[in-house]
Amino acid sequence: MAVVPESARHTAVRRGRDGEPLVREGEVSQETGTAKRTALYEAHVAAGAKIVDFAGWAMPIQYSGIVREHLRVRTTVGLFDVSHMGEFMVTGEGALDSLERLTTNRVSDLDVGRVQYSALCYEDGGFVDDLLVYRLDDGYMLVVNAANKEKDLEWVLGHAGERTEVRDASDETALIAVQGPRAQPVLSRVCDGDLEAIGYYHSANEVVAGKRALVSRTGYTGEDGFEVYCDLDRARPIWDALMEAGADDEIEPVGLGCRDTLRLEMGYALYGNDIDETRTPVEAGLLWITRLKKGSFIGRDAIRAAKENGPRERLIGFELEGRGVARHGHAILGGGDVVGAVTSGTFSPSLDRAIGLGYVSVDWTGDIAVDVRGRTIEARRVGVPFYKEGTVRRGG
Amino acid sequence: MGDRDLRFTKTHEWVSVESDVATIGITDYAQGELGDIVFVELPAEGSSFSAGDVLTTVESVKSVSEIFSPISGEAIEINAELDANPGLLNSDAHGAGWIVRLKMFDASEIDGLMSPEEYEEHTKG
Repeated sequence: MAVVPESARHTAVRRGRDGEPLVREGEVSQETGTAKRTALYEAHVAAGAKIVDFAGWAMPIQYSGIVREHLRVRTTVGLFDVSHMGEFMVTGEGALDSLERLTTNRVSDLDVGRVQYSALCYEDGGFVDDLLVYRLDDGYMLVVNAANKEKDLEWVLGHAGERTEVRDASDETALIAVQGPRAQPVLSRVCDGDLEAIGYYHSANEVVAGKRALVSRTGYTGEDGFEVYCDLDRARPIWDALMEAGADDEIEPVGLGCRDTLRLEMGYALYGNDIDETRTPVEAGLLWITRLKKGSFIGRDAIRAAKENGPRERLIGFELEGRGVARHGHAILGGGDVVGAVTSGTFSPSLDRAIGLGYVSVDWTGDIAVDVRGRTIEARRVGVPFYKEGTVRRGG
Repeated sequence: MGDRDLRFTKTHEWVSVESDVATIGITDYAQGELGDIVFVELPAEGSSFSAGDVLTTVESVKSVSEIFSPISGEAIEINAELDANPGLLNSDAHGAGWIVRLKMFDASEIDGLMSPEEYEEHTKG
């Protein structure tokens, strides 16, 4: 048996600015010798996790199995260690102005305690990263993808305006995501405050397992849930307390493998797959986090032009109608020609079929198919989310 | 001697020989590495394989893997159960999850494969 590399044959390879094939962010390798470890590494080993190198971190890809973990999150509750993500504290009188210039969404919409999904873009409208922007008591926190942390930090530091302090708090911050329909009752057992008072995309300072933590009702799964930010030395006690508190709800630790199947069922973009420096929010369907009227921000003119001219390709959702799984890089065919490429694909555990996202030429509105390693499999365009029973709250 | 003879490959296939028929599957170790299997591309009955040829591809949630034929032979029987129930490869890799039966072209090819003890060492290493 040999695992077939995803871009083996018959693929349309995405190329970056310099013409080089884009390496997918977060390429996974088995070798974890020099990888960084989160504060929860020992817990994962003790739980029998399969650990792989993800963006330079030794992370659990699965414990008992991707499908089982995925269904656990959809049914009751699962626990993710996402401490590898980056957190930047942005403070000072100039912080709001700096962030308005750096991000696409309208930062001034944020009262203290609100969170927004946003993006950092280059001057040409391409994505630097997608991220969350938190307004906290004393400033802002940016939460960025692990694979982009160094790049994002350099970008933010390089483009922040006057009277703005940017501090990289990533290596001091652990992050635990509690996700699933039972997330709130379970977290409530170890949290002093009233979680019902934390609306969707809001955050609050809470006491969790006896120590202060920042808790937000956010997540990447399509289920209700929370993300808990804490100091490194609190991570293990909080993790253990949650495992115990969730026992009656059959809580399980769940890994990066099911994190990907869960988010893809919701149609959420993953940087490196569905969005990257060669894509703009227009093509990616992310104009909703782009406030072109808020004033000048990096990339605005290019994004506005792309919106007015219309993009050449658009990100769509699709399901395969035949046997097989579409993967990143597979060509999308229409009328016998290549009309696009798959950016994310998997077998959906909740829907029991192959689903995916990909860019397709706006000129082709007909039926599509995917070239899966030489086999042409018919596909059906579908709107996202693919999975529609998620308990994620809306409208906070 | 014509009795059941179990052999393994470095690439995690098992072969069970009875007379001149070899039953082939992937090992329990392999299915664990692959994760939840969702599709198995079964070979056609009657097709011939040389040792090292790709017998089938196995698609799991996260990846796709090629399964190599340990020996040469002609496919005389395929496990159609795997069509509707690919999970058999995970739950019973050494039993109900068998993939194909080949009528061997050259029984001596078996000698070049690993014994159960050698395979056990191989997966530990």
